[in-house]
Amino acid sequence: MKLKLKVWRQSGPDEKGRLVDYVVDNADEDMSFLELIDVLNEKLILEGEEPVAFDQDCREGICGSCDMVVNGYAHGPQKATTVCQLHLRHFKDGETVTVEPWRSVAFPVLKDLVVDRSALDRIIAAGGYISAPTGSAPEAASTPVPKPNADRAFTAAACIQCGACVAACPNGSASLFLGSKIAHLAELPQGQPERWERVVNMVEQHDAEGFGGCTNIGQCTVACPKEIPLDVIATLNRDYLLATTGGRRRHIA
Amino acid sequence: MNNYVDYTVGEPVSDSAAPGGSIDTRWERHRFGVKLVNPANKRKMKIIMVGTGLAGGAAAATLGELGYQVESFCFQDSPRRAHSIAAQGGINAAKNYRNDGDSVFRLFYDTIKGGDFRARESNVHRLAEISRQIIDQCVAQGVPFAREYGGLLDTRSFGGAQVSRTFYARGQTGQQLLLGAYQALERQVQAGTVTMYNRHEMLELIIIDGRARGIVARDLVTGETRSHMADAVVLASGGYGNVFYLSTNAKGSNVTATWRAHRKGALFANPCYTQIHPTCIPVSGEHQSKLTLMSESLRNDGRVWVPKEMGDDRNPRDIPEDQRDYFLERQYPAFGNLVPRDIASRAAKAVCDAKRGVGPTGLGVYLDFSAAIERLGRAAVAAKYGNLFDMYERITGENPYEVPMRIFPAVHYTMGGLWVDYNLQSTIPGLFVTGEANFSDHGANRLGASALMQGLADGYFVLPTTIGDYLAGAKLTPVPDDAPEVAEAEAEVAARLDRLLSIDGHRTVDSFHRELGHLMWDYCGMERSDEGLRKALDRIPELRREFWSDVKVPGSAATLNQSLEKAGRVADFLELGELMCLDALHRTESCGGHFRAESQTDDGEAKRDDENFSYVAAWEYTGQGQAPVLHKEDLVFEYVTPSQRSYK
Repeated sequence: MKLKLKVWRQSGPDEKGRLVDYVVDNADEDMSFLELIDVLNEKLILEGEEPVAFDQDCREGICGSCDMVVNGYAHGPQKATTVCQLHLRHFKDGETVTVEPWRSVAFPVLKDLVVDRSALDRIIAAGGYISAPTGSAPEAASTPVPKPNADRAFTAAACIQCGACVAACPNGSASLFLGSKIAHLAELPQGQPERWERVVNMVEQHDAEGFGGCTNIGQCTVACPKEIPLDVIATLNRDYLLATTGGRRRHIA
Repeated sequence: MNNYVDYTVGEPVSDSAAPGGSIDTRWERHRFGVKLVNPANKRKMKIIMVGTGLAGGAAAATLGELGYQVESFCFQDSPRRAHSIAAQGGINAAKNYRNDGDSVFRLFYDTIKGGDFRARESNVHRLAEISRQIIDQCVAQGVPFAREYGGLLDTRSFGGAQVSRTFYARGQTGQQLLLGAYQALERQVQAGTVTMYNRHEMLELIIIDGRARGIVARDLVTGETRSHMADAVVLASGGYGNVFYLSTNAKGSNVTATWRAHRKGALFANPCYTQIHPTCIPVSGEHQSKLTLMSESLRNDGRVWVPKEMGDDRNPRDIPEDQRDYFLERQYPAFGNLVPRDIASRAAKAVCDAKRGVGPTGLGVYLDFSAAIERLGRAAVAAKYGNLFDMYERITGENPYEVPMRIFPAVHYTMGGLWVDYNLQSTIPGLFVTGEANFSDHGANRLGASALMQGLADGYFVLPTTIGDYLAGAKLTPVPDDAPEVAEAEAEVAARLDRLLSIDGHRTVDSFHRELGHLMWDYCGMERSDEGLRKALDRIPELRREFWSDVKVPGSAATLNQSLEKAGRVADFLELGELMCLDALHRTESCGGHFRAESQTDDGEAKRDDENFSYVAAWEYTGQGQAPVLHKEDLVFEYVTPSQRSYK
């Protein structure tokens, strides 16, 4: 099959970018979208041009590296699918497809489709953990967790930190990402001692990174390849409110 | 004329750090025997960690907690993306929560036997002991393991064991364990003990006065290449399955860190031991960039078959029962579809070699759920395997409730790696190697759910203890800024990058990588023979020469250049591949994942040769195209008596 591509090219963080037209005429419907870019890149290299830079690694939907806006959708139009598992059988022969990087103030473009998502690491570093130094753990069976809580914790913890929620949000908010970690740890007994400091510190870091606020649009959960539910943001807001106005927050200078 | 070089046999190598005496107390006695570093001195010591998967992430976090200054490197844009994230099934631990007769000794026994008696008893026993602490540690971090309704931890059964000792978090155990380690790591970043270097790739090891003292790393965004110095260097850079081009590994997984260390003197052990996983989605065409694993658990209810007749390309639903060959059930009536990974993979290859494979390429066998759907109902099958069926349909466009899945074996894990002693120290003092990057615990075949166990055991518990022993006794002096070894290593890296960019030939890096992958798969894959390995050994050096004279790498070194990154990795694979074939050629026995056509029993099973090959093959590098030196480490079995495996 043949596809016409409009791909965002930008040679560096401070350079001006633009959409460039390409045609791939030896595509195959069994290819993944990233394999389509591979084919394009092989052609570009042999023609003496620089290939399209893009992030990718596991190509099975779990590492969270790949990040492309395809035809206006983060990770493309297929539901619950990262762009590495988006296959060309969902496109029509001869179709024109636009490929852009994640767009957000907090994700500066480094080159072509590659953006800097280190802001998300810094949000985790601000409190997205349970302090349990190696060796200090009690016997695992001594902390029972009701199954419904364990299941909800897992659902939230399935976030792959790809940033699609940010790319999809008109406000550029990372609330779904942030809420997923808050909800994961808040569901577990082990997460309680640091619960209120965690939410305040992570929200402050989120805002400092330049991510926008949540106005309950819900585009994030639609774009999320792991279908993280919107209610993690409700948990986030509730915990933040309790921590800041409800007198729950302690030990903070 | 043969292109390939032969090898010479050098002095045997031995694990001088291994304790003797009763195996139950070896690790405890060893821990008491190691030298300690006092907390004030830890703050003055710097450790470089390369790789942030389970082994590297866990170690960096733990060393930071202990007070060391840690510099942690990963080529991904975040430490949480290391390929441990993709592990599906689970993690073994001898907790005996099921009261089904499990124990540390049983886990030790199963792992030694599963490794086909090619691993060290001391290491494996320590692994089994530590397995219990790992679960405690991960639960404390908030890893959401599967739980029973009573709130206690659930377990399941896995291949190679008769007890239920595998802890899991749906099909994403690796992800959840890695997030636990990553969050602990980020906590140390915040505390200032760990400095992260994301999007950095180690390109050279720096050795001063015979000790590992630093690395040269390239910032993959700016292209800046510079040295980083430390008191010790730890490689936790994963396995080398991507030498086959197509594998279940992430695209970026590579051998460069360990291969660079090998070139500088670290012995590389058992490079030919690779694990081929039987249930992966088959290749759909030349464009294929990687292979996707479908969990081994599918073989509980799926029946594996191919048509009896060659070239029968009818719709599988139109092939009557009596014209189907359920070859695993036929050949292995006792275990049927649940034979171990190496056996199932080879059997699938054999029927495809006999031109009875299915699908457009002929390289596939059916995994059929129609009997299970009939027996249990569609809803019950969906409850068990729904997410896997969805994933299969997403990739292939076929609905496995309606038509049988097509599967084929794929490269999954590499048991070989840099040789380490009981302290996880390589043959270069101050260079430690953990996780899949070392060779130590799985022998010739790894059991399911044991990789996560080993990565975390090394990272959380073993390395943080043993590296202190080295640092306390090393008496290191600071490396002067103008040390010639540093300048030399930096210059070597710069020259290599320049050379890759200046060739400006006619073939892409990927085209060389694919060709190497085909050679490795055909001749050093599921079945190896003297003739085939010699063919590969003839061709690989030629291919390497072609690469260095005809590869085309666009762009410059002073910017983000993904072609350049790939070129460096493939250049190293082109050297590693040759050593793997040589190792496979020299080991004329079959064992675990290494099946030599010449060494099989009368009924076609793998035949070990304990008399001649009960050793670890540790290879010394002597120069590109030069004969490597083989150092043997004899394996001694005091607690488990080697026996022939049978699954008939």
